[in-house]
Amino acid sequence: METPDVEEVPDLDRAWVTVVWNDPVNLMSYVTWVFQKLFGYSRDRAEQLMLDVHQKGRAIVSSGARERMEYDASRLHGYGLWATVDQS
Amino acid sequence: MFSRSGEQCVARFNAQEAQVLRQCVAELAALLSDAPSRDDPAVERLFPDVYPEDPVETEEFRRFTEEDLRSAKLEQAKTVLSDLLEAGGEVRLGEPEADVWLRALTDVRLALGTRLGIADDTDIEEELDEAVLKDPTSPRVGQISVYAYLSFLQESLVDALTT
Repeated sequence: METPDVEEVPDLDRAWVTVVWNDPVNLMSYVTWVFQKLFGYSRDRAEQLMLDVHQKGRAIVSSGARERMEYDASRLHGYGLWATVDQS
Repeated sequence: MFSRSGEQCVARFNAQEAQVLRQCVAELAALLSDAPSRDDPAVERLFPDVYPEDPVETEEFRRFTEEDLRSAKLEQAKTVLSDLLEAGGEVRLGEPEADVWLRALTDVRLALGTRLGIADDTDIEEELDEAVLKDPTSPRVGQISVYAYLSFLQESLVDALTT
């Protein structure tokens, strides 16, 4: 039986997150619509996230398993939003 | 500009508007026709690094996703080109078609906005005035006007779709 290499065990304590960054081109109304469409968020929640992106420069739009965050980021790229994946 | 008509978003384009929009979308389609070249800032913006601190992981992600993303963006551009006749006329979009148009308009504006150096504090009207004062015949004057037109068009489509 092999002993697991401790160095390569992922940091399971920290969740992965999808981050959307502010950009000067995307319209506020469009970004709100994308958040509603892709994540099923209410208009209020989507609008708040959009405002966070716009005013704070970035917002976490989803969190969970790494593969799912990468999926979310690729869907956001499909809508032209500037999305990255990070550990929270 | 788009407005809502029943279940559809409807706009009328005159020949000049159709020509401008078709040219922008055709340029985007040309940009997307080949494997993206990473030294183009517009490409950088259309295909962002998913792990900004980790080029190896970013590359791995690209290997699995970039081709699908590129072909989806190209299909969207082609759909707009087939929906909008060269002579202009009426365009009627249901929700799935409006989704495609919104994505294509976003990509066109991202590419153009990157080329024009649009920043967070850019005031398009000021930018246009400045460009006109510098040289009214410069390509920049035309490009800024087109960018402003595309922004209004996209905003009208979001409004028409969500009201």
